[in-house]
Amino acid sequence: MTRRAVITLVVCAVLLVALPWIIGHEFYINLASQVLIYALFALSVNMMLGFGGMVSLGHAGYLGVAGYACILLTTAGYDQLTAAIAALALSTVAAGVFGVLSLRAPGLGFIMITLALGQIVWGIAYRANNLTGGDNGLSHPARPMPFGIDIRDASSFYYFTLVVFAVALFFIWRFARSPFGASLTGTRDQPRRMRMLGHNVWLIRWLTFVLAGFWGSVASLLFVYYNLYLSPHALALQQSAEILLMAILGGASTLTGPIIGAAIITLVKNMVSTYVERWNTLLGLIFVIVIMFMPYGLVPGCRQLWQRLHSRQKGKAANAAPEASP
Amino acid sequence: MNAPALAIAGLSKRFGGLPATKDVSLTVMPGERRLIIGPNGAGKTTLFNLVTGDLDPDGGSVKLFGNELIGMPTQRRVHLGLARTYQILTLFPRETLMHNVVLALLGLDRLRWDPWSVLTGHRDLYAAAADALDKVGLGDRAGRVVAETSYGERRRLELAMALAQKPKLLLLDEPLAGLSQGERQAVRNLLDAIPRDVTIVMIEHDMDTALAFAERITVLHYGEVIVEGTRAEVVADPRTREVYLGD
Repeated sequence: MTRRAVITLVVCAVLLVALPWIIGHEFYINLASQVLIYALFALSVNMMLGFGGMVSLGHAGYLGVAGYACILLTTAGYDQLTAAIAALALSTVAAGVFGVLSLRAPGLGFIMITLALGQIVWGIAYRANNLTGGDNGLSHPARPMPFGIDIRDASSFYYFTLVVFAVALFFIWRFARSPFGASLTGTRDQPRRMRMLGHNVWLIRWLTFVLAGFWGSVASLLFVYYNLYLSPHALALQQSAEILLMAILGGASTLTGPIIGAAIITLVKNMVSTYVERWNTLLGLIFVIVIMFMPYGLVPGCRQLWQRLHSRQKGKAANAAPEASP
Repeated sequence: MNAPALAIAGLSKRFGGLPATKDVSLTVMPGERRLIIGPNGAGKTTLFNLVTGDLDPDGGSVKLFGNELIGMPTQRRVHLGLARTYQILTLFPRETLMHNVVLALLGLDRLRWDPWSVLTGHRDLYAAAADALDKVGLGDRAGRVVAETSYGERRRLELAMALAQKPKLLLLDEPLAGLSQGERQAVRNLLDAIPRDVTIVMIEHDMDTALAFAERITVLHYGEVIVEGTRAEVVADPRTREVYLGD
């Protein structure tokens, strides 16, 4: 890592830790927790999208599997930790099965199968009244007490979310730079060549699918702990699409892009909607404008812009010098 | 006696009603340099695709040092010592030359499953990749992105990736296609320098190079082997002249 990257990272970390003091108001602290939860969703879907070139429209399905499992187990009397671990395990196994089904077809077929799987989970949540409460949804009894720490109030829950997010981000960051990550981007760009180089393309994709499902499930648990409630609306197609849009808006080829995208979309959704009735239109407008001018998303786009400005300044300086050629 | 490096028997492949490979049988001994020639559409590249597993045959057998390849996924065949280069360049255009070779090396290394360690921290891997690039004369361009290199350099990169895997059987699909006279000579020298423990089967249209390089030649026509033999035999055969060398 370069010195500048370390400084940026430290500044971001300090800002995130100090955030509750800076913003103070409970509403905004809760909003920050939401941003982190969605950022983790977007990061996990981006493991497939950005590094593997696999567009999934069923990511909210994990919210269904992990979320309902966690609530049902806790309600059934299991302690929070057991419920959380069991929910994660179940949801990751589900990701394994979904992966086998989805990876039967490449490209458009993959999108449609993930879409269908997400809709099946939604449909079960909606129809299985006895289990999921149908349209009424289910309440989660209470937030857990990790290591005996109370996370009921806004700022302590924010810190809990921040810790989980930081751990996840670290793992995903390592993943992106690992030999496996390199193999994955290889399968995105040249699957045929990768096979001819000895890589098992299917297995690389499937493992990524499962890992993305795991981190999506972690985000799902945070989502349930935050809302203390889950209904089929939360796992509708709109949710999957929004998560995907976050990653694309911020820049799917980068690690930070999905985080930025999640922040923008969550903030617009929650803050602008109090002033503007047609906030969905605004969201669409932002999306169209960004994609028009920065087709690879905000983070790569801004980076490019910065480089261009930088080189122009350098160019000016060079032009000012007498010996420089135009 | 040693098993042949490549033993193809009764191999057939049809695309719809059109036979692309018709009952092809050929045997390549270890260390041999075999040339496959034939007019456009003779099924040369299809034959390669059947050997690598990019295509499944309708019938027949392909054995690599005695191991049956048919029914085996491509990557498993590669682990048995098969490598190929493509007629149409198949590289990772946005990555550096170094990274391209690293991906080739990773393909045969258990390290490729490691989701935790930092790739660039594996010095030995990069040293091996740099070595492979040096061998094809690209050592000084290792950090350059493929999209910024010349066509000739990319052809040599294709070769570096295949050779980095230390294959037992190397399939070269028109390694000289689209190269200038000077670049041809450079690649020709590279091919001559490949050690004899690598068996080579090559498709090539550049007759000067191909005839000088190969010991035995197979002529394909409409998916069928019509002539096979030593350089002199094949060149002298009237059927070769008829379908390939023309008038």
